[in-house]
Amino acid sequence: MTTTPTATLTDLRPNPGAAPIGRMVIRQASFELKLLVRNGEQLLLAFIIPLVLLVGLSSVSWINLGPGSRVNIVTPGILALAVMSTAFTSRAIATGFDRRYGVLKLLGASPLPRWGLVAAKTLAIIVLEIVQVGAIVIVAFLLGWTPRGNPLAVVVLLIMGTAAFSTLGLALAGVLRAEATLAVANGIYLLLLFAGGTIVPIALMPGPMAVVAKLLPSGALGGGLRDVLVAGNSLSLLAVTVLLAWFVFGLAVAARTFRWD
Amino acid sequence: MSETALEIDGLVLKYGRTVAIDGASFSVRTGTVTGVLGPNGAGKTSMIETCEGYNSPTSGTVSVLGLDPQTDARALRPRVGVMLQEGGVPSGARAQESIRHMASLYANPLDPGELADRLGLSGLRTSYRRMSGGEQQRLKFAIAIVGRPDLVFLDEPTAGLDAQARNVVRELIDQLRSSGVTVVLTTHQMDDAEQLADEIVVMDGGKVIATGSPEALMSGSSGELVFQGPLRLDLASLQLALPEGCTVSESPPGTYRVAGEVGPHALAAVTAWCAQRGVMPSQLSTQGRSLEDVFLSLTGREVRP
Repeated sequence: MTTTPTATLTDLRPNPGAAPIGRMVIRQASFELKLLVRNGEQLLLAFIIPLVLLVGLSSVSWINLGPGSRVNIVTPGILALAVMSTAFTSRAIATGFDRRYGVLKLLGASPLPRWGLVAAKTLAIIVLEIVQVGAIVIVAFLLGWTPRGNPLAVVVLLIMGTAAFSTLGLALAGVLRAEATLAVANGIYLLLLFAGGTIVPIALMPGPMAVVAKLLPSGALGGGLRDVLVAGNSLSLLAVTVLLAWFVFGLAVAARTFRWD
Repeated sequence: MSETALEIDGLVLKYGRTVAIDGASFSVRTGTVTGVLGPNGAGKTSMIETCEGYNSPTSGTVSVLGLDPQTDARALRPRVGVMLQEGGVPSGARAQESIRHMASLYANPLDPGELADRLGLSGLRTSYRRMSGGEQQRLKFAIAIVGRPDLVFLDEPTAGLDAQARNVVRELIDQLRSSGVTVVLTTHQMDDAEQLADEIVVMDGGKVIATGSPEALMSGSSGELVFQGPLRLDLASLQLALPEGCTVSESPPGTYRVAGEVGPHALAAVTAWCAQRGVMPSQLSTQGRSLEDVFLSLTGREVRP
């Protein structure tokens, strides 16, 4: 951490100036991460639920996941879930309450420019996701995971999923009040978790549901990751296109509806 | 540094059909404390938030440190400290880390630890949402001044503070002024305005209805002069000697009251008139109006919605 030069309280004379933009972004990102880690519900969403589902679904046999190694089928879906929980659910809820409590408003009067705040929030999400993915990968390997495919394709999908889900989260927080954002973001999370092609492979879904799931960001991310990690295929063009479309849609809605105060 | 820190000229602000500010004009000198007074709904917060760049004026101009809060926001933000009336701090954040974080966004901030000490926040371990109203206020105040701004906007800085905390905040505002910082604050606390402000701006119904120093607002125009003297002095003669706008009465007998525009001239007239008659007035006193009287007479006494 960089130390900030300070003046003593005997001297209150004006000496204004913004900190270097890099320092502002990093300090804002680390402040947000610190608050997030302190929040029990966010930790539940980011770590406990994905890891419990990973271990649970890999171990129990009474849920049909189709043929093949259970941990191999489950892990890509858990990675998709981790992205969804952090980039979409956490982000939407935190943004809604930040606005409700005037946090965004006051930051709007601080030297940190708005794009700097967006950059800081994105950086915080990326750092958190790296820790999440690390934890999931370690536990998956302990459970006997044998991933296939190109790791680069996995990284591309995770980045595109993060981009799509985070703009959708901002769009949601832009449209709704804080309490409604909390309820809807959690509702959508649960819906996409079980029926959106995140964890349950789309191939196991009934026909019409499978078509819908393929076009959802959750299904595109989960399905795309399974394509690479389970089947060893190359990057799915459909998954990439769907995620890109949701990203553009989320960005358009957020740009129209998002308010800072 | 320019003489004028803030210049508002013909400011109109409408939200849809609601007129929040209806042609306000006033200016603030650099290094002074200006208190914006007004009943609820007078337009104080709308006015301050327009200066902070949150609202775009419907018409008129606002110049903050010579800059336009809308188009020059980037240059202005590091130079202006802001304390919002409501919130601004993440609900899970603690006092010291919030001050430290805000300090880290500025190039030459105050020492966050000393600021926390001074405001009695250094021992506080609770998160913002669990703090008392006074603690939240003090934290918001600390955050507003930590970046060493040229100009601070404080929206109700002493609301909800106990006597000790109010004194600390007043001392700091006083110290800011003597250090050359310009302070613009809104308040409901007449004694705050009376003691702190160099200039007072009274708003009502979106308009500026009076400006001036507390002394100027409180003096001159009205009050009462009371003295004791022999019974049944010649009131008609005294009345003639008094400046226009003053009326004299005797009640109870032996107690004389001069009401109206009681200023130095009225006082001189009374003492001269007594001297001519060889009357020694005793217990002579003048009572100016308090700022609260001035405020109520300007804005009316009925309760606002």
